Amino acid sequence: MPQSKLSPIELERILARHAHDPTRLLQILREIQEDLGWIAPEIIDSLAEHLHLPRARIEGVIGFYSFLHTQPVGQYRLLFSDNITDRMLGNQDLLAYLCNKLWVERGQVSADGLVSVDATSCTGLCDQGPALLANGWAIPRLTRERLDQIAELVLSKLPVPQWPRELFAIDDNIRRADILLANTPQPGAALRAAMQRGDGLAALEEIKQSNLRGRGGAGFTTGLKWEACRNATAEPRYVVCNADEGEPGTFKDRVLLSSQADLLFEGMTICAYAIDARHGFLYLRGEYRYLLEPLNAVLERRRAANLLGADILGRTGFDFDIEIHVGAGAYVCGEESALIESLEGNRGIPRNRPPYPVTHGYLQKPTTVNNVETFCAAALVALNGGAWYRAIGTAKSAGTKILSVSGDCARPGIYEYPFGVTVRQVLEDCGAENTLAVQISGPSGVCIAADEFGRRIAFEDLATAGAFMVFDTSRDMFEVARNFAHFFAHESCGFCTPCRVGTAMLKATMDKIAAGHGTQYDLREIDKLNRILHQSAHCGLGHTACNPTLDTLKRFRPTYERRLKSLDFEPAFDLDGALAEARRMTGRDDAGAHLSTEGKS
Amino acid sequence: MPAPEQKKIRIATTSLAGCFGCHMSLLDIDERLFALLEQVEFDRSPLTDIKHCGPCDIGLVEGGICNAENVHVLREFRNNCKILVAVGACAVTGGLPAQRNHLSLADCLQEVYVTEISLHNGMIPNDPELPLPLDKVHPLHEVVKVDYFIPGCPPSADTLWKFLTDLLTGRTPKLGADLIRYD
Amino acid sequence: MSESFQLDGEDIPYTPGQTVLQAALSAGRYIPHLCYHPEFKPHGSCKVCTVKIASGKSQRTAASCTLPAQPGLEIESDSDEMNELRRTLVQMLFAEGNHFCPSCEKSGNCALQALGSDLGVMTAGFRHFYPDRPVDASHPDILLDFNRCILCELCVRASCEVDEKCVFALSGRGITKHLVVNAASGQLADTDIALIDKAMQVCPVGVILTKRVGFAEPIGERRYDQRPISAQALDDAPRAATGKGRCTSCEE
Repeated sequence: MPQSKLSPIELERILARHAHDPTRLLQILREIQEDLGWIAPEIIDSLAEHLHLPRARIEGVIGFYSFLHTQPVGQYRLLFSDNITDRMLGNQDLLAYLCNKLWVERGQVSADGLVSVDATSCTGLCDQGPALLANGWAIPRLTRERLDQIAELVLSKLPVPQWPRELFAIDDNIRRADILLANTPQPGAALRAAMQRGDGLAALEEIKQSNLRGRGGAGFTTGLKWEACRNATAEPRYVVCNADEGEPGTFKDRVLLSSQADLLFEGMTICAYAIDARHGFLYLRGEYRYLLEPLNAVLERRRAANLLGADILGRTGFDFDIEIHVGAGAYVCGEESALIESLEGNRGIPRNRPPYPVTHGYLQKPTTVNNVETFCAAALVALNGGAWYRAIGTAKSAGTKILSVSGDCARPGIYEYPFGVTVRQVLEDCGAENTLAVQISGPSGVCIAADEFGRRIAFEDLATAGAFMVFDTSRDMFEVARNFAHFFAHESCGFCTPCRVGTAMLKATMDKIAAGHGTQYDLREIDKLNRILHQSAHCGLGHTACNPTLDTLKRFRPTYERRLKSLDFEPAFDLDGALAEARRMTGRDDAGAHLSTEGKS
Repeated sequence: MPAPEQKKIRIATTSLAGCFGCHMSLLDIDERLFALLEQVEFDRSPLTDIKHCGPCDIGLVEGGICNAENVHVLREFRNNCKILVAVGACAVTGGLPAQRNHLSLADCLQEVYVTEISLHNGMIPNDPELPLPLDKVHPLHEVVKVDYFIPGCPPSADTLWKFLTDLLTGRTPKLGADLIRYD
Repeated sequence: MSESFQLDGEDIPYTPGQTVLQAALSAGRYIPHLCYHPEFKPHGSCKVCTVKIASGKSQRTAASCTLPAQPGLEIESDSDEMNELRRTLVQMLFAEGNHFCPSCEKSGNCALQALGSDLGVMTAGFRHFYPDRPVDASHPDILLDFNRCILCELCVRASCEVDEKCVFALSGRGITKHLVVNAASGQLADTDIALIDKAMQVCPVGVILTKRVGFAEPIGERRYDQRPISAQALDDAPRAATGKGRCTSCEE
């Protein structure tokens, strides 16, 4: 039997850590999930009582996040990362191999309740995949040998924290470092520089001077965002770092978090100085759970050095601290208003905007949300000045961009370039050969073919959150697009009609084409879904959900067409297969008990 | 001024997994049937008892697709009719028969023929003459391309009349909100 | 009421704080909508009220129920393109759930059905999902038929904001999103819902039903049998908001 109870003392300890605050619901649930492996009905009852929340609300939050469960999922839960890059590295075979080894069916808990094996969205280890999460802890570079080892550990019932450390060793793989990755300033140096330059307004002015733009993909000018937040009249204000790096193929924030955490926290502190905030949050994606303790250790060190806390660096009244919230498996929380909902302990549904977070963010207070890389860059701006920063990159895209390179290349990993670098240059540097296509900025970005490799990484040409997935001529771009269609359907929050239903329909249509039942009719259907999603979806997830399909259709149409029936219409299901159950029940197998699928009776 | 020798529009009709209610509604256009018959002639239809559909201008299909025979008939209609019309809730949405879709077919057959008292003495009939049921009931457009849909259970006589007169006069059929009913 | 914007070429006055949909309805102009209810804060989830906004050279689309009215907005609503979009959204909702109007006791009083016929929706068009959604008949006086749920959250909002009970909530996400009730058993009978609750009155479709009165009002004499939803919605529009969000745990 799975354990379903925490001792009252344990539960109280978790609740006390979060001050019995209902806005901490997600963090409380995550910790319970980590302790018990699921969230039992009795626990939900206790939480409802202690947090004064409706039980159904708690259930609704659990139901929203992929890593929270109201049913036991086994003492060990092994989730294979299922990005297209993991697939290209053979994760499907490995998943089947492990299931075989452990005598479990994919998605089912083993009869003895010991283990379950399933897939999950990209875990951000594309440069060292295939990867899996073992009870939430990331394991890269899977091979059959490593899976044999994992299976043995599971069967020996050794708790995951006691598994050999080397299994969990994750590399930074920094292949090209520029200003952000090559320099590790002394902790406090950038903050001191900002404070010496003047007050918060001066710090803000410097950021505006730098022309720094947000690195999450949308490219909003950071200075303007900070200014709008500073000018918002309500108090208190909040600084939020978006480290919910969920875009498949993106892993540069992981490397910044592991190698430049001080720079990041310094950037957040400078932001607090500029907008006059006292509280900061780092929203860390659940897949990066393993970074929580190291990051907390950095925060502790900074508190001890008076770089966080009260009267920072001796400046009376400059109080600021940072707290880390951990996500629980929801890509949509990378959208800033959904992230704020999640920070407040809710289902991560993007809000209606306006109002925007800069005036009505966390707890409806002014909130600046920036990407990890943006805060790191802001720290460098404070250290070296806006003019220095602005001189790097192109006219419209100041500074550098960190790319997460994965897929078909000799040297996958992290590459930092000044803006303006061509795709061709990156391909050359990472050792890519016979490249067919590059997916820039992940599924929600753009897929380009060889004739576009002269294009540049910059806001004015190829804007990107950092993903750079390389596909060589051996790859089938239809399958790439199909993987992404599955991803969007899985990650749709379900709030709005077009995305909830449309992503499920797109997935079904791509599967129909893959199964050999596609026709021209289905291509028209995809066009229609794309139009609907573009015109009416609630947020960027829905707007971009058809992009990979349309991009690949436009550039690699033959890979679709060779799968299509020549007919104008074909059912989405196998008609003969639909008779199988009746054949079994009646024992019939005569000619009349079958249907051709060729459209002729 | 239609010339007497003008070729009549040929219409075929059938009821698949339906109740013939839509056909009753068609008959319900009453005296307008005479006006209709000046312009059309019927091919396969319960009204003519012709068993197979020849080349036609319009096919009116009532009922959803619940078994192999339905698929054969629907394909025959699609292959022979220039314009194929799904008539009524069952043809358009699967309708009442589709309410078995959340049950497994095995459970349905088990319940009807084995658990409950039946004519087959606890056996599921396996006569090759009987069409095998599909695991799910489908509306027409999930099996073939459909040109027009007329919802309603059944569509009213006025709805069918408006639709047909539009079509026969070469207009794109357009029903007002008062004629579009789903119940 | 000095400020105004343009809706399909016509001046629509508004009071600050109104959204485009609210202002249009107050001015007697109909924009098709579904999850919006005049007594509740606009939700913006069904997207049926999507309109096109021209500002300068650029065009964009947005849900008009949550779009703040502003001077100078040029809104296109009653166009072939926007109505086609709305038809498709209604079709998606029909394909997503199990909507069998002939056997539904809400027929004639159902906003989804009325919207469909008013927009000229003839078919769901898409492949039906036929989801498996068991009904909850546990309560002696109330039936929950989830087959017809369109996830507008009106019952969730009404139960929290007006009834202060939070009988309903949403769980799951994406296409698996679904309504749950506030009881460990998952059964409505074990909640504190009552027939007089606001949550009993707001369901636009046939999910939350009072037992034994389904056909007291004959088919053919019902709300949308009398007048199309486009006319009915204008009658409902001037009602003042009563949702105060007093349940602290429900406040946004």
